Amino acid sequence: MSRPYAKLPPWIDFGLIPLINLVVAFAVAGLVVLAVGESPVEAAALMLRGAFGYAEGVGFTLYYATNFIFTGLAVAVAFHGGLFNIGGEGQAYVGGLGVATVALSLGVVLPWWLNMPLAIVLSFACGALWALIPGYLQAKRGSHIVITTIMFNFIAAALMVYLLVNVLKPAGTMAPETRTFDAGAQLPKLRGLFELFGANLGGAPLNVSIFVALVAAFLVWVLIWRTKLGYEIRTLGFSPRAARYAGMSETRLIVVTMLISGGLAGMMALNPVMGDQYRLVIDFPQGAGFVGIAVALMGRGHPAGIIPAAILFGMLYQGGAELAFDMPSISRDMIVIIQGLVILFAGALENMFRPGVGAAYQWVRFRTEQPAGENVEEAR
Amino acid sequence: MAEPAIELIGIDKRFGAVRANKAIDLTVERGTIHGIIGENGAGKSTLMSIIYGFYQADSGEIRVGGKKVEITDPNAAIAAGIGMVHQHFMLVHNFTVVENVMLGAEQSPLLRAGIGKVRAELKRLEEDHGLDVDPDAVIEDLAVGRQQRVEILKALYRGADILILDEPTGVLTPSEADHLFEVLQQLRAEGKTIILITHKLREIMAITDNVSVMRQGEMVATRKTSETSVAELAELMVGRRVLLTVDKGEARPSNVLLDVKGLTVKDGRGVTMVDDVSFSVRAGEIVGIAGVAGNGQSELLEALSGIRRAEAGQISICGREIDPTRETDPAEIRRIGCAHVPEDRHHMGLVLPFEENENSVLGYQDDKRFRKGVLLDQNAMRRDAREKIEAYDIRPPDCRLKTSNFSGGNQQKIVLAREMERDPDVLLIGQPTRGVDVGAIEFIHKRIVEMRDAGKAILLVSVELDEIRALSDRILVMFAGRIVGERGPDATEGDLGLLMAGVEETPEAAE
Repeated sequence: MSRPYAKLPPWIDFGLIPLINLVVAFAVAGLVVLAVGESPVEAAALMLRGAFGYAEGVGFTLYYATNFIFTGLAVAVAFHGGLFNIGGEGQAYVGGLGVATVALSLGVVLPWWLNMPLAIVLSFACGALWALIPGYLQAKRGSHIVITTIMFNFIAAALMVYLLVNVLKPAGTMAPETRTFDAGAQLPKLRGLFELFGANLGGAPLNVSIFVALVAAFLVWVLIWRTKLGYEIRTLGFSPRAARYAGMSETRLIVVTMLISGGLAGMMALNPVMGDQYRLVIDFPQGAGFVGIAVALMGRGHPAGIIPAAILFGMLYQGGAELAFDMPSISRDMIVIIQGLVILFAGALENMFRPGVGAAYQWVRFRTEQPAGENVEEAR
Repeated sequence: MAEPAIELIGIDKRFGAVRANKAIDLTVERGTIHGIIGENGAGKSTLMSIIYGFYQADSGEIRVGGKKVEITDPNAAIAAGIGMVHQHFMLVHNFTVVENVMLGAEQSPLLRAGIGKVRAELKRLEEDHGLDVDPDAVIEDLAVGRQQRVEILKALYRGADILILDEPTGVLTPSEADHLFEVLQQLRAEGKTIILITHKLREIMAITDNVSVMRQGEMVATRKTSETSVAELAELMVGRRVLLTVDKGEARPSNVLLDVKGLTVKDGRGVTMVDDVSFSVRAGEIVGIAGVAGNGQSELLEALSGIRRAEAGQISICGREIDPTRETDPAEIRRIGCAHVPEDRHHMGLVLPFEENENSVLGYQDDKRFRKGVLLDQNAMRRDAREKIEAYDIRPPDCRLKTSNFSGGNQQKIVLAREMERDPDVLLIGQPTRGVDVGAIEFIHKRIVEMRDAGKAILLVSVELDEIRALSDRILVMFAGRIVGERGPDATEGDLGLLMAGVEETPEAAE
């Protein structure tokens, strides 16, 4: 009875409201485009065409989306346990170390389909390890996870630069990156698959990692909603006191949740490192860890929402790059502004339109289906 | 005849499909104490929130002193001379009384002028109404009854002529409640109008002039208090006759199942909340712990159930020695055969966003019955939940519904079903009927007595003295962390009230 506005049906909660948020975000972004003297409609068309208009564009969009699915899942898992893992970026970065270890040592010996599972395991382990320390500090010492994971992003960046420059860089080269991996450590692109449909993937880096991401999304769903561990994580996230009452160990749960979250972020390294560049380069996550936060928020922490949200952000990345190329007055930074607006409306201001939409829905319902309140069962 | 103080005409309010208030008409005469009574979820709080401007009515009008007013927010209510004392005080704990009274009415960016005015006004109110309270005392140092007085002063300072009190005695000792009633009678004598919301029939009979009964969003009756009876009001509230006493036979206690020796527990701030407490509970008896909230009952329950670590003492459950000073595990206590219905069902006993069937296994998630390899066996969980829904008449009977959508009484039944159906040997129950409607109280009390008759050892903690007296075979009274007395089930309310207030040797005990 104390709820200020009533529960809304799922199609409004998960469909209409995110859609309105998006439309408003793009409308505001349109004003920005207008301000620099370009046509918003034309810009939107360019962006859409760049992202979905031709096979190569689609390939790029899905390649970026693959990264965001991993990092989005990472943020979502932690979020279900009431933990805000801002450290996806650093965890993904360190995860690259796991991929590189497998690729550099076994790339000559084993085929890709044996190296891939090994790389998955090791990248997961590296990312998990990087999340373990903040998780442990939160569980045992109460250091706030938001602060520690942010700091660990910087530590990861410094560590990786050190390792790339001093350890991993082959002698006699200038670039801070590893040598190119051997053929056994290069994941196949999906060119063949696209050709089946008569489409040409061109230079797009879309590779088999996307299937790993989709499987990971399914497994996260199973974990959160179908296992005892997921039940415990959700209990902790909603009510730490109930978790304590039910005899769940908060310490153990925080550490385990962060391990899984960090591991998922670490797995993201598979896509760019082993699937695209075939070497570990400096700063390869390129902000995917942070985009993961917006993806998880927009997807409401549910894999079924995270996948479309990841594709949306993949579109912004790819379409934005094309837009910057085709409209010289719109610079790369403007694209970041547009992405920022989408994050702002879809993530941060998620509930801005909820009361209004709720009221409108009630009003429509009130007028169409009269007296609902007679049902006493509902009222109690 | 003067204009009524406040008139509600056809107030209607719906939340989604739920019509919380249905065409409510209410007239409150000036200078009276008007009680509003009803079960939880009857719509009392919604109605008061509309009067105070937290919600807007969908239709209907409010007249104050005969004039129609639009109350769009609490400021408008205050301007119309309506003040509200909330069930949970809206005070800043580390501010002084003056600062709290001034809050939101500072008048200028510099506080000096405002403080002077508040001081003068408080002095006047003290002289006029006998509401004395030290203006420089810090809120957290004041007793609960005093804090409530500050809330009343806040409303009066803002010029309230109509004072709404929402469940004002829930946190008070019987003697503090008596003081409050004296203050209210004094205010009435000075022409203020008071609306008292409560679910305690006794209070209504003791102090009000008129009483209105709400049921399922409707105003079902208004009576002159002198012309009605407790039985009639109870029947109006529930819509049928209710048993106000618990039907139970003689207790047949046998062996000791719960034994506590020298238990000392500190709270999170390091304050000793349970101080060297020893007692035992035998199979087949209900031991009630009476006391005003905050005297260590919560910490005692938490220590016994393994949720909170103790500083010292020994606990024995079903003959198993437990060292409560080591890191304890609630799951371990549960395995020994000790179930726990926690006081705080919203944050501890239930996870409100969960589906009903998920809450139905909370604490028993390790049980093999609900597991299928690494997965949870959802079919088993739902089957089990449906059986409990049937046995405990939980409504609506839908195990997939979110728990927050159940009423307080049905939520409590979910917890009780889960803990009782495990057939524990020892049952710890905290506030079994807090926020539960009358119909469900009857059911819950009956179940507790059935458990006793089945040979369980039951420890009952409740701040409702009537409940303690109705159910317990022995009553222990807690005050400031200590057990200050033990009484039989026939102890008088006055005797228990004195013990609860910390008066150790009452005349009756000295006899």
